[in-house]
Amino acid sequence: MMNLQSIPIQAFLIVSSALFCIGIWGLLNSRNAVRVLMSIELMLNAVNINLMAFSSYVDNNLIQGQVFTIFVITVAAAEAAVGLAILLSLYRNRVTVDMESFNLLKW
Amino acid sequence: MSIAITTQIICFTVLSLVILIGALGVVLLESIVYSAFLLGGVFMSVAGLYLLLNASFVAAAQVLVYVGAVNVLIIFAIMLVNKKEDLKPINDIKSRRIISTSICLTLLSLLIRVDLTNVWSLSNPQNSIGEESTIRIGEHLFSDYLLPFEVASVLLLMAMIGAIVLARRDVMSKDISTGLPVDQELIEKSSEPLLTNKN
Repeated sequence: MMNLQSIPIQAFLIVSSALFCIGIWGLLNSRNAVRVLMSIELMLNAVNINLMAFSSYVDNNLIQGQVFTIFVITVAAAEAAVGLAILLSLYRNRVTVDMESFNLLKW
Repeated sequence: MSIAITTQIICFTVLSLVILIGALGVVLLESIVYSAFLLGGVFMSVAGLYLLLNASFVAAAQVLVYVGAVNVLIIFAIMLVNKKEDLKPINDIKSRRIISTSICLTLLSLLIRVDLTNVWSLSNPQNSIGEESTIRIGEHLFSDYLLPFEVASVLLLMAMIGAIVLARRDVMSKDISTGLPVDQELIEKSSEPLLTNKN
């Protein structure tokens, strides 16, 4: 705990860890493909909170973590667009969004 | 930051509770539409955490990009593929749930242990640039992060074109302006859904 003037960094890190694990749980357990994409967004947000906390507490003069967060937000927007386009194309071919029926790559 | 520590702690607690309960709602709720709107709430609360961390520019970017673009995109996708369907039951769902939950809890305990036991080399808060962070981000983007910045623009262009190509349905047989038949070689044709019953 650095000083009494601010929230300890551990609080941010714990929130970010919990959010990341919730995202992983949703990724593994969702049947709906849209919910899988939402879980990925949750995990990206957890990573962003982590980067922002370290940027503010460890590197508060150069704030390179905030620049990284901007890039992560950019890549997340591109990922959401391409992911939802793939989802629409999948839905057109298989008429379902159930993750269990997307088994074309199964050996 | 000039806010009193008590106010900061109250804000942090409320925002964290909204984030965690909202995230649990996103992954646990039955209705996907409720999940999408809860996801918007989670994104807004994360922007609030960024404000607590003195990062007004990233908070604004978070609201604009996540709430304004990604969440709206997800809601549109739900609207397009929202079909009531009875999911086929999986026979070993219970063991899957147990294994995945235990993996997640193990990872969570590991991460929390690292968070709490590691000694972080925190910097002096007197060096903090505080509200000038937007200026500093601009300097970073146009000096030492110039190449990633340009590559990000190319990435966004590629993602946009890729999304259009993937989501396109079919096109008209004649070119509207010239009236000539369109080259159909590279264009996805409208067809019956393939592989529907192949399981």
